[in-house]
Amino acid sequence: MNEHIHTTPEDEHDSAYSGLLVNDAHWAFGTDFEDPLAGVDTSIPDGVDAPVLAAYALMLGDDALVMSHRISEWTSNAPDLEDDIALSNIALDLLGQARLLLARAAKADASVVPALPEGSPAPPEDALAFFRDAHDFRNVRLAELVNGDFAEAVVRVLLFSVWRLATFERLRSSRDHVLAAVAAKGVKELAYHRDYSARWFVTLAQGTDESRRRLVAALDALWPLWPELFDTHAVEAAAAGAGVGVDPASVREAAEGVLDQVLAAADVPRPEAPRRAGVLGRTGRDGMHGEPLSLMLAEMQSVARAHPMGQW
Amino acid sequence: MSRTTERARRVAERVTDPELPMLTLADLGVLRDVDVVGDSHVVVDITPTYSGCPAMAAMRDDLVRELQGAGFDRVEVRVSLDPAWTTDWITPEGRAALAAAGISPPGPAPSTSGPIPLTLLPTARQVRCPQCDSPATELVSEFGSTACKAQYRCTACLEPFDHVKEI
Repeated sequence: MNEHIHTTPEDEHDSAYSGLLVNDAHWAFGTDFEDPLAGVDTSIPDGVDAPVLAAYALMLGDDALVMSHRISEWTSNAPDLEDDIALSNIALDLLGQARLLLARAAKADASVVPALPEGSPAPPEDALAFFRDAHDFRNVRLAELVNGDFAEAVVRVLLFSVWRLATFERLRSSRDHVLAAVAAKGVKELAYHRDYSARWFVTLAQGTDESRRRLVAALDALWPLWPELFDTHAVEAAAAGAGVGVDPASVREAAEGVLDQVLAAADVPRPEAPRRAGVLGRTGRDGMHGEPLSLMLAEMQSVARAHPMGQW
Repeated sequence: MSRTTERARRVAERVTDPELPMLTLADLGVLRDVDVVGDSHVVVDITPTYSGCPAMAAMRDDLVRELQGAGFDRVEVRVSLDPAWTTDWITPEGRAALAAAGISPPGPAPSTSGPIPLTLLPTARQVRCPQCDSPATELVSEFGSTACKAQYRCTACLEPFDHVKEI
């Protein structure tokens, strides 16, 4: 094997392998556990119920994790290289937010973290991501749908990021230092996601008959899940009341205002489809999900669950 | 600042970014603090550029390796999330190093207090080609090879190049 990649000094600069053969220490990833919140003040603010803070962080974290995974499925499948890279970057930003938020949930209330075999090196945020079943996920249902065409990705990223950005703009003043810091950083990232998807929304709407048809079809299909984003779950009400969270109902006006700007620029009317009902009134925030989430998790979690003692 | 702290700081400031190796962590502005506790216990604070920045683990490992190599037995690398990193923290030396490596340095970061207005037109930036210095450049994509970069092309010399985008 080695002779295949053997290089002489003269052609070394042409070999993609040459850099891999020296200075291994530089790439010593994963030699030990890295806490994403190492050194961050994770104390619970006065008067805040730790389980409420943990449950609230899980909701925001699960939204990001599930949405990130769906967008990451576009990697190598997008219509062109630039959008492949753009969607991969958006997925990566959301995965980073998810990691911090799940770690925050675990630090606030360790009882939310699934038990793993003794000695497992999986950090708490990985245990939360890979060892919970669908009914323990608290993400909104918009995030979990099976991917459609590129127009569907554009509309879904737009709806998700308009809502999440409006939420994070307010979350910056959370009394919880971690949530406030995640939001302050997330706002900058989500602004890029929102504007990217908003530009594509207008481009597709004003493009060809076919691109407009697909865009409007995607908007019609996703619209029934838009109202769910502004429902106030008891956990969100409690978190907002304690000054650590944001009541989704309170961001509706801001989010609708931004969305209306995009619709107006694209000359696309607001859909009129009614909201998708929950099951006995329960929706994503209650752990009530559709089959797509179970199937997604089966794939996403399979390697970690097969190797709970694995060191990555 | 004690002489030992000064020495630890100099070592930490030499460590380079794994994805932008022309920049030291100090030039990038992610090195927030270096402190020595006792004789040989160093505490380093770094801040992520983006939430999902995959370079954080490599930065931490590089800091530990360099500081241990310089004789500091115990190295603790902590994460500092607040205030959030901004490209305004990239030093003038860092900006010069980026440009010398063919990467367009960022302009001033936009204000992110209050609601962030929607922009439906491509972000207007005064970006000069790092190869030929022409101002005739156009945005290809707001997302690039790493989380922190946008892709541009120069319409004068036709070369594509990266631009570190303002956050």
